[in-house]
Amino acid sequence: MIELSVNGANLLWPGNPMLRLADFLRDQLGLTGTKIGCNAGDCGACTVLLDGQQVCACLVPMGQTDGCTVETVEALADRGALSALQAAFLRHGAAQCGFCTPGILMAAVALLQHTPNPDAAQVQDALGGVLCRCTGYRKIIDAILDVAAHPTAADSAGNGVGARRPRVDGAAKLTGAEGFGADLLPEADALHLRAIRSPHAHARFTMGDLTAFRAAHPAIALVLTAADIPNNLYGIYPDGKDQKVLADGYVRHLGEPVCALVGPAPALAAIRDADLPITWAELPPVAFTATSPALHPHAAGNILCQGRVARGDPAQGFAAGAVHAQVALQTGLVEHAYLEPEAGFAERVGDRIEITACTQTPYMDRDELALILRLAPAQVRIIPTAVGGGFGGKLDLSVQPLLALAAWRLRQPVRWVYSRAESMLATTKRHPSRITAEAAADASGHLTALRFHGDFDTGAYASWGPTVANRVPVHATGPYRVPHLLCTSTAWYSNGPPAGAFRGFGVPQAAIAAEALMDDLADRLGQDRLAFRRRNALGVGDATATGQILGAGAALPHCLDALAPRWAALRAEVAAFNATNTVLRRGVGVACMWYGIGNTSMSNPSAMRIGLTAEGQCILFSGAVDIGQGSNTILRQIAATALGVADDAITLVTGDTDRTLDAGKTSASRQTFVSGNAARLAAAGLRAELLRRANAGPTARITLGAGVVEILDHGTRHLLDLSQFPAEEGLVLDHIGQFDPPTTPLTADGQGVPYASYAFAAQLALVEVDTRLGTVRTLRIVAAHDVGRAINPTLVEGQIHGGIAQGLGLALMEDYVPGRTDNLHDYLIPTIGDIPPIETILIEQPDPLGPYGAKGVGEPALVATAPAILNAIADATGARITHIPATPERVLAALPR
Amino acid sequence: MSRYFRPDRIEDVSAALATGGCLLLAGATDHFPTRGDTPHAIIDLSRLPGLRAIERRGDHWWLPCLATWSDVIAADLPPQFAGLQAAARQVGGVQIQNRGTVVGNLCNASPAADGIPCLLALDATVVLSSGRAVPVDQFVRGPRHIDLAPMEFVLGLRLPHQPGARAGFLKLGARRYLVISMAMVALVADMQQGRIVQARIAIGACSARAQRLPALEAELCGQIPSADLVQPHHLAPLTPIDDVRASAGYRRHAALELVRRAVAGLA
Repeated sequence: MIELSVNGANLLWPGNPMLRLADFLRDQLGLTGTKIGCNAGDCGACTVLLDGQQVCACLVPMGQTDGCTVETVEALADRGALSALQAAFLRHGAAQCGFCTPGILMAAVALLQHTPNPDAAQVQDALGGVLCRCTGYRKIIDAILDVAAHPTAADSAGNGVGARRPRVDGAAKLTGAEGFGADLLPEADALHLRAIRSPHAHARFTMGDLTAFRAAHPAIALVLTAADIPNNLYGIYPDGKDQKVLADGYVRHLGEPVCALVGPAPALAAIRDADLPITWAELPPVAFTATSPALHPHAAGNILCQGRVARGDPAQGFAAGAVHAQVALQTGLVEHAYLEPEAGFAERVGDRIEITACTQTPYMDRDELALILRLAPAQVRIIPTAVGGGFGGKLDLSVQPLLALAAWRLRQPVRWVYSRAESMLATTKRHPSRITAEAAADASGHLTALRFHGDFDTGAYASWGPTVANRVPVHATGPYRVPHLLCTSTAWYSNGPPAGAFRGFGVPQAAIAAEALMDDLADRLGQDRLAFRRRNALGVGDATATGQILGAGAALPHCLDALAPRWAALRAEVAAFNATNTVLRRGVGVACMWYGIGNTSMSNPSAMRIGLTAEGQCILFSGAVDIGQGSNTILRQIAATALGVADDAITLVTGDTDRTLDAGKTSASRQTFVSGNAARLAAAGLRAELLRRANAGPTARITLGAGVVEILDHGTRHLLDLSQFPAEEGLVLDHIGQFDPPTTPLTADGQGVPYASYAFAAQLALVEVDTRLGTVRTLRIVAAHDVGRAINPTLVEGQIHGGIAQGLGLALMEDYVPGRTDNLHDYLIPTIGDIPPIETILIEQPDPLGPYGAKGVGEPALVATAPAILNAIADATGARITHIPATPERVLAALPR
Repeated sequence: MSRYFRPDRIEDVSAALATGGCLLLAGATDHFPTRGDTPHAIIDLSRLPGLRAIERRGDHWWLPCLATWSDVIAADLPPQFAGLQAAARQVGGVQIQNRGTVVGNLCNASPAADGIPCLLALDATVVLSSGRAVPVDQFVRGPRHIDLAPMEFVLGLRLPHQPGARAGFLKLGARRYLVISMAMVALVADMQQGRIVQARIAIGACSARAQRLPALEAELCGQIPSADLVQPHHLAPLTPIDDVRASAGYRRHAALELVRRAVAGLA
């Protein structure tokens, strides 16, 4: 019998002494604030205090807790009042998705117990064992350093658009109350699901007779194979579906599911893959850019699709150039590495199926599952859980189809939580790329021509490959005026993991090439690299590569102007350092980026509904999934401003496809811009309706009361008694706002208006290279971002910080190898010690179409960082790294001898 | 369910080991990642009394089997342990340092174990419950392979007291925290009037098990520390491999540079 105290309560545990403390807390006590991100001590998400010391609860056997005290995140708040540390996190926006937050908080508590006034280095040492993929860590450091200074929570001044409002879901994320995919359970006991996955990248297989297997494993309630899938074909694009829920005799990537077992968890765990009657015939893997054998009947030569943007006469443009630069580079597989492995459950309710799981795109899930299950969309309900990071990786279906089918067949809830290894093995990656590009400029420093070709490895299945192939050529010039250009892309099938959506859709890879060219051209002309970019920067009235004339709000010139003094100062700092150092060399790099908001030349509407109940409660029904980026908070601020009330007067209902309208997917940096407009229009419509009913003017002030709305118009007070209105679906008044960004199809030469709005940015990176080891330390990032209008500056900065951290990882360390790095100790993402101080400069030139002028920032945050760092390495050492990431080994090999 | 035994007397461990087939557990940080949740017969050593405190015992120091990395960091130790303490701060994150033990790291016998080069440089002797005492370079036989009889467990480590000795540890990884090294070097040296009297240098993550560099150690005697003293041929005992972290060639290059820096750091 083990005796322990958990959050002050004395407990006895008569069970398995080798049960992990994390499982005990979650499964036995329901303390799901303690998260399991890797179950191997690699991520620290499960950090709790054991006798006051921070430990990974996933590595502590219950036997070792005998006589000990355990404190979890649930103990921090006192009767709902956040602790000073939690309040600081809320104030600073130090939690985004919130999945790592409990572990981060507990590590910080351990630090502050013995070091109440730590410095930044002490915070980094104390938190070095917890990974965060969203925040870039700097706001976490700021929050912890600020606890002592501001021991009590101070609410931010202001409200609505432009205010640094605390995250609306922040308290839940900070107390452990937030329900992620693995935290929510069905009311009835659930069976578990396990997939049997291919051990080969390319193979044929036969599934033998399962009778003997079933007889030998009576606890297994259901065995699913390809034959059981009603419509075994799915995919992102309506006309390009190529992926099977369960493979049918042929697998195209390592980890492709071939069979699913449903039963009690212990029975599933006891089964070995080899117990299934599967006979494998391995085939040679088809490499990236291999034209045969064809992996799909519809894709001769393994080409999924191609993209093209052409303008002017490149031959003439190159001939007009005084200097010429070229670059060839390659990038590898990058894993999203959100800390929350995919998880959820499904249950059948009458003739409907309900899926509660983490997702970035509830309505796409609903429609796709309806197709797979051969049900009507109305028979499928998607209830998104809180999402512990997505970054594009949770746009594709993961647990949903097999859960839905199993629960449908068994009429019993079925649950599935991916392990870390399964999450990394089974889900999409960033497209590997091979890029060649060249550019020319005239003697005055104006670009005259640019050619670009990118091959992108979409792996076994299309997923979002077409999106990458279409988006890349549009952006491949970088945010510059180029009169003559030809930019092409090819998406290739291979036996690699399916490459899908990942923050930037291929643009981050392409930007590395364009920004290398800009440095090279400037150097050849003997011109300042930043000034060269400024001279060619796209601005208001300029034509893009697709011939689109940019309207108001295209603010790259402002970004570069804002950076210019920092650039000069950093250049001087670097020169002074290098004058006295030979082994360590510093360099500063600059890179620009642009990013079209929303889908490329495709409709991507959003609809939002806002309404009032008879009791006077105002509810915003938002189908936009907040994956940590903050859309719940942003949309509420926008709606509040448009309605003319305080934002905390609005309650949110989010996600659930039964309760909200289709806001489209959380991708392409579109929720602020697209759904923000829908929320603005909905709230403005409701305001107009209220004013009309009170016969009040447009400047009237609205106050929501209990069952009444008070409208004050030039000293006249109107009271609307809400109980007098008929209620429909619980609402007495409501309004729906819809927005679809205006775009046009592109011609065969890629000419047209692919996006209604573009975000621009320029970043500086200061690095230090150890020229004997090839190691690179990033010392500082300065990021100037054209955001149109910062609806919530704290959240915008948070997006920029997090994007920079992922860009740094892309540049320096992230390299996924299927079957070899399916964990968080071999696949390296930046730790709290790898992200330098970041200065963010928000450029606010309102976009005429954006809600209150706002644009998206989610993906733009990432794009410029890797090229800025790589350019800084070149500045420091003369080494142009063309095989990304710039590992110490590659940097060393590239150093001039 | 696992058979689980957590004795509070050393003699009970021996009795339990006699039943056979038992796995030993101390900080458990390597247990779950390598063995998962498969049920095993477990002898959990973590409650044994008197096996936690690091202390001086006459001509040597005693580092018992339950001393964690955090204990090493917190202990008031002479400069000869500066390398081991530096390694302790770089093992995983604080969570791992609080639970993981130095002896457990040794017994896990990973080629990239942070502790083993330090123990080699400290000339550690492994003291076993059977009464055997085995020098650490003989105790580690290969990757995941140690000289431990079925009836034995490690009581602790005996480390010669070297008053005035200097020590260093350099670990090369691709990120700041939570990193498995591509190469590392540990060094302990006696110095007299600016010259090296005796040095022990060990390299980790560059061969199946961490290696001392005897030829270099011999040549360093009597020298004023300088990076030039270290030449590529001194690293001949290393047999680095290519893996996801680095190539063999890079490991060899990096190891040379790290040793040069460690030696130069004695000046």
